[in-house]
Amino acid sequence: MTSTSSGPFALWVYLSQTPLLWLTLTLLVYAAADAVSAATNRHPLANPVLHSVWVIGVILLLTGTPYPEYFNGAQFVHFLLGPATVALAVPLYENRKVVLSAVVPMAVAVLVGGITAIVSIVVLARLVGLPTNVVLALAPKSVTAGVAMGISESLGADPSITAVCVMLTGIMGAIIVTPLMNRLRITDFRARGFAAGLTAHGIGTARAFQVDTVAGVFAGVAMSLNALVTSLIVPVAVTLLMR
Amino acid sequence: MIASLGLILLCQLLGEIVVRGIGAPIPGPVVGLIILLVLLQGRDRIGLLRRGPLGDGGVERAASGMLAHLSLLFVPAGVGVVQHLDLVSSHGVAIFVILALSALVTLVVTAVTFIVTGKLLDRWRGTSS
Repeated sequence: MTSTSSGPFALWVYLSQTPLLWLTLTLLVYAAADAVSAATNRHPLANPVLHSVWVIGVILLLTGTPYPEYFNGAQFVHFLLGPATVALAVPLYENRKVVLSAVVPMAVAVLVGGITAIVSIVVLARLVGLPTNVVLALAPKSVTAGVAMGISESLGADPSITAVCVMLTGIMGAIIVTPLMNRLRITDFRARGFAAGLTAHGIGTARAFQVDTVAGVFAGVAMSLNALVTSLIVPVAVTLLMR
Repeated sequence: MIASLGLILLCQLLGEIVVRGIGAPIPGPVVGLIILLVLLQGRDRIGLLRRGPLGDGGVERAASGMLAHLSLLFVPAGVGVVQHLDLVSSHGVAIFVILALSALVTLVVTAVTFIVTGKLLDRWRGTSS
């Protein structure tokens, strides 16, 4: 045996290449972040996504682990995003009466909110003088990553910039929604959840479920509807705003 | 448990097939959501559907288990994205500020629109009846 293939280093080389290590790390870091979140009574700043992400990011940096190696393990968790979206049907079904009674407010809010999300970011981005390709990549930042990247690609922008901005929007939206709504004295959990899901997609929806089930249901509906509305509106909005 | 998970995956699979088939601009899982919703509605009317995970509350338990930790599912993608913060930060700090501002404005406009529309609707219903 050579010195590099024995001892702790060999174990590390072996473990870091199996999915087990990074899957375990993902679950444990999240469990810790979630415990902190629960201990602080779900304080917005103790957002479990935010803290899991930076802690794991630092660990990968310190161990010099490339992201694909990490994802090899973490993909088992990532895969569940699809089934979890399908699973939203259950709380939606259980709260169908509340949801059906709010069809008109939801339809108006998704149109107005969806347009606001696009117009506000495009106007602000041009105001601070960002280059056109970045402005285009920012436009769909309020919708779920897969859809947003597709939109960005169809506009000829860089989808990886979009992915970063989608994630930042999700985390920031999930952090500010509760204090903002409290400050504005908006107590209707349907409206609060709907705004969270529309603005901050799945991460906003996860936050809404932490606060209230009805808020979570409305967030899930808003997230799904906004994916549709935004993919239809972005091309039009961008042509009008970028002239 | 296994049957419930299988049913949820089946809905997603059908959703992906539909989306690919018609080239719709929505994610496959969202269509899967609609399919599961139709199944849940359907079992209240059609006895034939009231069996397995749809009949014994299995799909409800599996779904609430998954949704209780929805945050966890964003962690792997989030880590990848945070490693590429430089893509964004090379365009200046302003980008972070405008994303936060846009989120703030969108949250307020959406919630207020929802509430105002609801109130207008109630008033209109009140005067029309």
